Formats: sequence, structure tokens, C-alpha cells
Amino acid sequence: MATAQPLPAPVDAERRSPLAVALTALSWTVLILFAALEIFPFVFTVANSFKCLPAVQTYPRSIIPVPPFGVECTYQDGERAGASRSPSETSGAATFNPTLEGYREILDANLPRWLVNTGFFAVAVTILRLAFDSLAGYALARLKFPGNRLLFFTILGTMMVPPIVLLIPRFIILKQFSMLNTYQGLIVPLAVDAFGIFLMKQFFESIPGEIEEAALVDGANRFVLFWRVVLPMATPALTALAIFSFQGTWNDFLMPLLILSGNKDLWTLPLGLSFLRGAYGETLRWHAFLAGSVITTLPLALIFFYFQRYFVEGISYSGLKG
Amino acid sequence: MTEATPVAQKKPPTTMAAKKRQEAIAGYLFMAPALVIFLVFLIVPIAAAAYLSLTNWNGITPVFDEEAFSFVGLDNYSDLLRGYHTNEAGEVVKATTRQKDFFIALKNTTYYVLGVVPTQTILALILAVILNQRWLKAKGFFRTAFYFPSITSSVVISIIFMWMFTRGGLVNTTVQAILPNYESNNFVSWLDDPRGIIHILLEQFGVTRMTVGDWASNRVFGNTLWEWISGPSITMSTIMILNTWTTIGTMMVIFLASLQNIPGSVYEAAAIDGANAWQILRRITVPLLRPTTFFVVTLGLIGCFQVFDQVYVISSGGPAKTTYTIAYMVYLNGFDRSAMGLAAATAILLFAIIFTFTLLQRFIVKERANV
Repeated sequence: MATAQPLPAPVDAERRSPLAVALTALSWTVLILFAALEIFPFVFTVANSFKCLPAVQTYPRSIIPVPPFGVECTYQDGERAGASRSPSETSGAATFNPTLEGYREILDANLPRWLVNTGFFAVAVTILRLAFDSLAGYALARLKFPGNRLLFFTILGTMMVPPIVLLIPRFIILKQFSMLNTYQGLIVPLAVDAFGIFLMKQFFESIPGEIEEAALVDGANRFVLFWRVVLPMATPALTALAIFSFQGTWNDFLMPLLILSGNKDLWTLPLGLSFLRGAYGETLRWHAFLAGSVITTLPLALIFFYFQRYFVEGISYSGLKG
Repeated sequence: MTEATPVAQKKPPTTMAAKKRQEAIAGYLFMAPALVIFLVFLIVPIAAAAYLSLTNWNGITPVFDEEAFSFVGLDNYSDLLRGYHTNEAGEVVKATTRQKDFFIALKNTTYYVLGVVPTQTILALILAVILNQRWLKAKGFFRTAFYFPSITSSVVISIIFMWMFTRGGLVNTTVQAILPNYESNNFVSWLDDPRGIIHILLEQFGVTRMTVGDWASNRVFGNTLWEWISGPSITMSTIMILNTWTTIGTMMVIFLASLQNIPGSVYEAAAIDGANAWQILRRITVPLLRPTTFFVVTLGLIGCFQVFDQVYVISSGGPAKTTYTIAYMVYLNGFDRSAMGLAAATAILLFAIIFTFTLLQRFIVKERANV
């Protein structure tokens, strides 16, 4: 998509007025400024997650790691053993000695459990959505049945309902089913989503139906046809849907807060981090907190860089159809 | 969608009707998982929310108990909007705090929306237009940089911002490094300053609660006029910056995709007619982007009116209720203060507000397109 055609149009080159030059310079300035604004908070977060707490508080702006690596944040022996080392011992205005203290602390705060939970929720929801959304999307796009249009518009309409409105009644229903504070309580309500159905329907309508018709004439059963013929053709749409579902569930805060608050063992990363903030009160252990933030972001960042094309295409797709 | 008919005609033994029935059954079977989940976790909840908003359920007594709640009609709505309701005996029951809180939340949320939606839309549009220039290199890099915050968890972003905006934190010390006059004892407490920015601005001109005159003491919907014109507090403004910062990327990618769909011939024709860059932007690009702009603004409105995660993590509604938003009020009443009926009524009002704004916005865009 980012094909910048390498043709500096000769016409432009000839009449590069001072105004055009100024505009170009201004454009670059704006772009670089905003790129810096968007990226630097992450750079500082990563750098500070590897510092000792006093250094985070005194020298938050140093971002260049220098040896010795893996310094201890407290004195190991001598008469001051156990006391924190002063910030200037592990950091300066531009450089710092990296430590894993923050990561050690956040890992002790049950973070591995949250990480596993979050991964499990995200994968489970994603798999279910891929199955259910594509089935529903296919039916709405290709199969004629009474109420087809009505169902489609109802589903589309539910996208308008803010999650916060559903908060209370969903809580009640899950309570009735004894599904509060359980795995299934978080997974089942999210197993279908209107956006996914919409995406799949649009996709199925965009591909030709001849292959399916031919298979139908040969007497193939609808479900076998869907599984063997239709789904393999839908890989791009399924990939986009998988990425959005995974990202959405991984980052979701409201639903886990509502459903899982009561069971410590089921907390997700966002939930665990937010409760940790409450537990810390005013004196926040920033180095550990930032380490937790890095761990929470890293898996998504890797997926993002690998599948970037699908993120952008999926977003554009939903945008154009809106 | 019309593919079935010719096939059916080719195979006379199975009748058209049988084919159609088969297809309909397949259709329902394919839809079944989605329908069941939607019905149980979406349609029923919407109906339940509407019903519960007419009750005084506390959220703790099991909902199917006989004595769990009583039907109170529109009392919850009356409390929120008018600050009182009349009970069965015809007496007026005051609910001043409920009204005051609701309108504080409405005021805060409105300032939030008014601050964030236009800013993020305009910035996203500017960035997209620049990125769409043919001569620009490293498009991919910039797009990635702008979009990256959008994939990050709202809780993580909130933590990062809390850390950067602490009193002696990254932002204040960086500003100090650039502007030496910014003394450390005058640092802005980004996350703990309840003063509204319009109040602060007015104070610069010597206008305060004392000097402004008596009209400011008049109460409208439980709050004084002076309180109404406060503007977002410093803390709320920080959360506004946070949200704008996060969503610019998504909005920009949407704009960019639709810019790339405008055929180059349109621009060439304009250039031949002697239009300059500004005229092209003003007369061609912006009008052609109207449907996308509608989508982006609606998306922004819906998201911003529900702001919750950031408030929960960063400020819990404080300081002095200046980040108390409608969504946060729903959560607090429902799960903290055992007023589930009231919370449901608040949620329904929020839904009505979002719905109205979306329609209104759609209407305005249509009107202007017709001119």
C-alpha cells in the first residue's frame, strides 16, 4: 500500500516555488514531530523498565544503556546491605546501568499467571469468533432464508449499543448461569461479534459464487462445501478477523473487570495491572509497573510488526464500508 | 445472492420448494451459534437494562427473589434529570445529589468529547493528507509510528501516561529543560488539579467567582452556572491528551485508505484548471472525504462518550469529581453503591445521548452535502 511511486514529476521539479519548498519542509516537520510524540513514550517506558526505582524517579530521561549490565538495586553487603543504592550510582542524565529488578518484582506479583490467562482468553475467543462469525457471515451473504435481511440489520444495529449499557444485565445473566468468575463467563459472551460477522459477510459477497454452485450441482453438502471450499478462499478476511479479535480480547478491560474481579487466579494482564495500581496506592513502584506494561505490550507488538499489512487493511476495510 | 435458481432448474427431480427449504434450514443452522449468543448476551441484556431502569433493584439481592425490587416507573430518570420524584403518597422525594452527580458527569463527558473528537479528527486528517503526498518517502515508517499506540492496551497507556505526567515526572522535567522559567515549585500537577481550564483562563483576566457577578450563582440542573463553564479540569485535559494521542493513528489510517481511493485524474484535472494546493484540499479532498469523516467522527463520538478505562485507572473520578464521567457513574452506582436500577437508568440515558448525537451528526453531514 505504501508504494511511493518514485517519480518526482518533472513539472513539479521545474517550478519549485519557495512556497512549495516551505510546504515540504513544514510537512516533514509535522510528520517527524508527531512520529516522535507517538513513539517516545514507548522508548522511555522500555528504558525505565530496566532501571532501579530511585533512578526512574530521578533520571527518567536517560535512555542509553551502558555496562555494567544487571546491576543490583540494593547494597548486597557491607554495613548498608539491603538499602537502596542512590540514583546517581546506577544512572546519569543520559545513560543508565540496566537491571532486571522491575521485571523480577512484577513476575513475583503473579504476572506469569495473568499472562497465561490473557493468552488463553484471547486465543479461545479468537477461535470461536473465526468459526461462528464466518458461519453467520456466509449464511447472510449466500443463503436465502426468511428473515435474512432483518437479521443482518439487527446485528448491524447492535454495533450501536455501547458496551457500558450491556454491563449490568450481562452481569446478571452470568450470575444466573453461575458463570461469574469462570473462564467460560468471559469467553462465551464474546464468542460472536457483530463487526466480525459484518466483515465476513462483506468478504463473501466480494468473491464469485461459481465454484460453490458447481460443487452444489455435484451434490456436495452445504457444510462440507463451506469447510472445504469457502473457508480456504477466505484466508485474508479470516486473518484480519483473527488479529482484531486477538488484539481486542488481549486489551479488553471492562468485561474482565466485571466478570473476573472476584477470582484472583483468572485475572488478565490489564486487570492485574490495574488492581496492582490500587494495591500500591500513592507510592507506585514504577520500575515494576513499566516492566509489566512492556510485557503486556510485547506480544501484540510482535504480532503487529509481523502482520502489519492486515491491521492496516482491516482498519481501512471497516472504515470504507462505514 | 441469486445463484440458487438456475441450479434448481437444472435438476428437475428435486422441486424448487424442496431446494428452497433445504437452503433455509442450512441458513438457520449456520446462523444458530451466533443467534443464540446474541440473543442471550446482547438482545436480552438490552431489554433487561431497559426494564431494570424502571426498578429500584440494589444489585445484591438475587434478581428473581420475590422481594428483590419493586417497580418504580420513571422515578430513576426523574431523580437523575429533575432531582426529585413523587412517591405513591404523592409526596415529593428529593434526590438532589443524584441530579447534581449526573449533570457533573454529563458536563465532564461533554467537555471531554468536545475536546477530543474535533482534535483527533483534524490532526488525523492533516497527517493523512501529508502522508498521501506522492513525493513522500518512508510512508510505511510513519504509518507504523502513528498507528502503534492504537494496538496498546488502554490500561498500559494509562499507566505510561500516569508515570510521564507525575509531578516530578518526564513531562514536567522535560518542559523545564526547554523552558528554564518553569520552576519546579510551580510544576503543573497534571493528575491532581481540579481547576477547570476556562476558570484558569478567566482568572488571568481577573474574572473570578467573586468578581463575575450574581448570575453565576444561579443553579441549572443542580450545578451553578459558574461550575458549568469551568471547562475540563487539568486532570481531565491530561486524559483528553492521552485519548487523542492513542486514537489519531486509527483515524489516520482510515483517512489514508479513503484518500488512496480518490483517483489521481481528479487532482490532475484540478491542477490543469489552475487550482492551487489549498484550493484542491479545500474544494476537492475534504468534500470527497465527507463519508469517511462522518465515519471517523461517529466512531470518535461513540468511543469518547463511553470513556471509562482511563478514568478508572488514572483518577477514579477525582480530583473533586472533575473526571467523573457517565460511564464511570454507571459502574460506580451499579457495583459500588448498590443502586443497580439507577445505574441502568443512567446507562440508558447514555445510550440515548450517543444515539442522538450519531443521528444529529448524520443529519448535518447530509445537509451540507446537499448545499
